[in-house]
Amino acid sequence: MRVLLVDDEQELVEALVERLKFRGIEADFATTKETALKLIQEKKYDVAVLDMKMPKISGLEIMEELKKIQPKLKIGFLTGHGSKEDLKECSLKGGCFYLVKPVDFEDFFNKLKELEEK
Amino acid sequence: MLKKIIQQISPPFLKGTNIYKEEQELFNYRNLWIGVILLISFVSILPLLILTFLNLNIYEKYIQAEVEYPLVRLISNTQKSINFFITQKKSALKFIVLNTPYEEIKKTSVLGKIYLDLKTSFGNIVDLGIIDSQGIQINYVGPYELKGKNYKQQDWYKEVLIKEEYISDVFLGYRNTPHFTISIKQNISNGDFFILRTTIDTSQLINLLGSLELDENSDAFILNQNNVFQTPSKFFGEVLEIFSPQNIKCIPDSKICEFSDSTGKTWIFGKEKIKGTPFSFVLVKKPTILKSGLSILKKETLATLVLGIAIVLVVVVIISTKLVTKIYYADLRRAALIHKVEHTNKLASIGRLAAGVAHEINNPLAIINETAGLIKDIFTFSDQYKEDKKLLSLIDSILKQVDRCRTITHRLLGFARHIDVKIEEVDLQTLLEEVLSFLEKEAQYRDIHVNITKTQEIPLIQSDRSKLQQIFLNIINNAFAAVKKGGHIDITLDYLKEKDMVKVAIKDDGIGISPENLKKIFDPFFSTKKDQGGTGLGLSITYGLVKKLKGEIQVESQVGKGTTFFIFLPVKAKEA
Repeated sequence: MRVLLVDDEQELVEALVERLKFRGIEADFATTKETALKLIQEKKYDVAVLDMKMPKISGLEIMEELKKIQPKLKIGFLTGHGSKEDLKECSLKGGCFYLVKPVDFEDFFNKLKELEEK
Repeated sequence: MLKKIIQQISPPFLKGTNIYKEEQELFNYRNLWIGVILLISFVSILPLLILTFLNLNIYEKYIQAEVEYPLVRLISNTQKSINFFITQKKSALKFIVLNTPYEEIKKTSVLGKIYLDLKTSFGNIVDLGIIDSQGIQINYVGPYELKGKNYKQQDWYKEVLIKEEYISDVFLGYRNTPHFTISIKQNISNGDFFILRTTIDTSQLINLLGSLELDENSDAFILNQNNVFQTPSKFFGEVLEIFSPQNIKCIPDSKICEFSDSTGKTWIFGKEKIKGTPFSFVLVKKPTILKSGLSILKKETLATLVLGIAIVLVVVVIISTKLVTKIYYADLRRAALIHKVEHTNKLASIGRLAAGVAHEINNPLAIINETAGLIKDIFTFSDQYKEDKKLLSLIDSILKQVDRCRTITHRLLGFARHIDVKIEEVDLQTLLEEVLSFLEKEAQYRDIHVNITKTQEIPLIQSDRSKLQQIFLNIINNAFAAVKKGGHIDITLDYLKEKDMVKVAIKDDGIGISPENLKKIFDPFFSTKKDQGGTGLGLSITYGLVKKLKGEIQVESQVGKGTTFFIFLPVKAKEA
């Protein structure tokens, strides 16, 4: 499984990438939309984990852009707050998950696994 | 007792239940109340008074006219009849003296014939006499021996000399029957004169008055200039007695007057002088039924007026009191609403602030979390530190504290997020625990034991989370206020399958509520803690919220033993 993590907090995504790698999951990170788009054009990813709220852009918009390039991409969201309203649709289809920061890593890892199996 | 009744009926705005002092100062309900009562009373009573006054006045005038005109007409007609009666006699006598020479009339046979003729024509002639210029009756025909009698010194004789003719007052004479005399002076060619004098019985005059066919309450008679009865009166005296009315009051511009007799009874009367005679005709009437009807009408009208005013006043007071009470409550509600809105706004602001802070803290917290997690991973996955229990426990400690922070920030986010939510699935136990977490510190300080138990599996209910929070926070808060140090609050959850409802029982062992207060407990503005700043709105709002969620709320209490609130909530949200 290959995971792309997009969040403007570099320290967070770096740590997550390394922790995933310890568990045998290939992961890359991007701190901007541009980097994320560049990466997704280069490699195929199974899951993208997006920050819900990034400078000037929302996680949902990034999701749209990424899905244009890799339509089968599954999505997970991390957020500092917020309502789940927007995500009702995608969670119904089983295409995404949603976690509030700070996440319990075990929980996060399990959600990724679940998403991969679907 | 009386005080209690007065307290019961006196309107609430007079009791000084002013929770919102500024509002009360802006708006003085007592003055408003009195103002409304005065204004409505004035507006409704004034036309009533005017109408009554006008009505009575018009009616009085009408009755006066009804009484007066027939009376005036009768008096005038009768006066004319009497006048005619006397003038007729006078004219006959004048004709005789003009057409009978003195030499002739001196003869007893001639005078006798005239006497007989007159008696045949008029009937009531008593006698006839001729008096010469010396005052001596030189010829006389009649029932008495009056020939040769000297009248020179008598008043009537002097009067005739001046006035040429004279009608006397009524007198009784020898036979003790009332009669009067008519005397006519006739000059003779040699400068001498003689007087023809006749005595007329008044019986015909009395008959004339009798022919008026007056009713039993009326009386008609003739008076002379000195108010002496010339004909008998039915009520006031016999012939030659004096008629003495008292307290004469005359209606302006009218011939009708009122007087009272010696017994104080009121009469109305009209008087008219009979032309060419010393007599006046008088008609007296007891105040008529119409007139007495007027006084009854006056009394009845006044009684009706007083009753009407009393009813108007009662109604006005009741309506004004209700009106002002409504305004008072509306104002209180408005004030309470403003208060509540301010409070809600404050809560919302605090909520937003809390959410913002939580969000901001979540990001660094996430970094701490993942960084510490990474360190743990590095230790765990590398052989070098795997066995270092101390390091691992330190890292775990960091992760545990991050977890604690997360619980707090997540709860804050949850609370803020639910300020404006709709129906969602709610786990009541979790929600109750959340609510209790706000009171955790107080529970610790006051050593209050709070337990949540459930008798069976409780389904998730579809409801409004924030409203539920508000409901339970309020009731549990009240329970906290009721219990003493070391008290107990037991919350029991139960699922009622047949009703598809969840029953939440919140039981405390506090001071309890008295039965009379228990009845009013959900009424707005009812509070036993007004002096401590209670608005009396908490439970009424709670009641409203439960109703909004299609639930039920009940309460049981015993003074000294404690209170239990039961809240029933439907499992499935029903469309409102």
